[in-house]
Amino acid sequence: MLDDFIVRAIIAGIGIALVTGPLGCFVVWRRLSFFGDTLAHSALLGVLISITLDINVSLTIFVVASLVAILLLRLERTTNLAGDSLLGLISHSSLAIGLVILGFLSFIRFDVMGVLFGDILSVNSNDLLVIWIGGALILVVLSYIWKPLFASTVNYELAEAEGMKPERVNAIFTILLAALIAISIKMIGVLLITGLLIIPTAMARNLSDNPRQMVILSIIGGLLSVLIGLYASFEINTSSGPSIVVVALILFILSLMRIRKKNYE
Amino acid sequence: MNDIETLIRLTNAGIFKNKKWLVRDVDLEIKRGQIVTLIGPNGSGKTTTAKIALGLYKTISGRVERNTTKISYVPQKVSIDWTLPLRVADFMVLTQNLKVDDIDSALNLTGVQHLKDSNLRDLSGGEFQRVLLARAIAKKPELLVLDEPVQGVDFTGEVALYSLIKTICENLNCGILLISHDLHVVMSATDYVVCLNGHVCCCGTPRDVAESNPYKQLFGEKSAKLLSIYEHNHDHIHSSDGNIIKEVE
Repeated sequence: MLDDFIVRAIIAGIGIALVTGPLGCFVVWRRLSFFGDTLAHSALLGVLISITLDINVSLTIFVVASLVAILLLRLERTTNLAGDSLLGLISHSSLAIGLVILGFLSFIRFDVMGVLFGDILSVNSNDLLVIWIGGALILVVLSYIWKPLFASTVNYELAEAEGMKPERVNAIFTILLAALIAISIKMIGVLLITGLLIIPTAMARNLSDNPRQMVILSIIGGLLSVLIGLYASFEINTSSGPSIVVVALILFILSLMRIRKKNYE
Repeated sequence: MNDIETLIRLTNAGIFKNKKWLVRDVDLEIKRGQIVTLIGPNGSGKTTTAKIALGLYKTISGRVERNTTKISYVPQKVSIDWTLPLRVADFMVLTQNLKVDDIDSALNLTGVQHLKDSNLRDLSGGEFQRVLLARAIAKKPELLVLDEPVQGVDFTGEVALYSLIKTICENLNCGILLISHDLHVVMSATDYVVCLNGHVCCCGTPRDVAESNPYKQLFGEKSAKLLSIYEHNHDHIHSSDGNIIKEVE
């Protein structure tokens, strides 16, 4: 019963959940969920470019997402648009451009649904390597910049005044986010990766009273979502990405009951 | 002038933004063991000057020399996002690694040790200020920048905290840049006063400033008298410091 692709999917899922937990906390704390969404949407463009030019998919997504992040930061400084309008502009434009390009590429067989919602069956051993090496790198860098990043999340000016170089660590964090999207698109999909980033974290927020606890619970929530979601996906033959996110949502709802109880006590 | 003793020096410092000067031509120097207080009406550029000193602006006019990197900052306003669960104990080690003993003794000094495990969002305004101050002194800085550190603290606490600030300055031999509205209280703990109103309006020892005409115009005759009376009562504290100030000038 335990097929190779199931084992691969589980290993891949665990690798991704270990990274989305801590990164998700920073996305929630810094209110960057729409920003993460925008980077994720640009991944479709990245996939199509990689197919057209025949270059490595993860690498292309990473480069495209990083470029989009730089573009966003630039535009934020030079235009009068509010941050969320700007994000909407870039996010939907990149998605639309991706889909238009797809129209021109009628000569290749391309599974759009797979890119949008994740296709666990397509995860091969090469992808596993990318996920685990990439994920490990992300976590190593994140632990290295953890203190200054956390300090600048709590108060930017205080962090800067006390020599924590917030501008630099913020830029590094954005790159880490782009890297996470690059390694996880195949599994979760363009439209749902932000869900795996923030829903387990939102659950963790309901249950924790300090940052460390929140990170740990967020990782556990992500792992449970991935494992149960994948199991459901194989058993009842649903897409892997949506199944994982639905499980995360159920965990979040359960955590709400706990917080209700707390408030009444 | 002894440069080892000078922690920070602003020369002609200013910010020109959106076609107007937020603050300009500020000359300021803080030495070890010295408390320099910035006073001035709302919008006179006190916080801006502190931020210039801290290097929080990318482009400024004039020059800032900093001879230390051990800096602690108590900003005027800190708001903690509700998405972030943060206890006092977590906040204490925000930019520094501290021993448990150091955390406890700093919290003890500002009188909030019992709040160590409380969530920051559950604190009152005054308690929060005490925690901010405790965090800033726990790392034993060489330069301490305090932007209205006692706002929301009750009156007795206010007096106690200002005397604590003075003690810290002496014990750590650090320089302190203090921004305050509580003129009458803060003066007792101050070596040098800079009165701002978009530029340096007047400066000197607390008494010099209180007696100067620009100060009277800015704050009114009444507060000047208040200060003078206070100064008179505590003349002995400041007589020696007055000489140091002369050297600075």
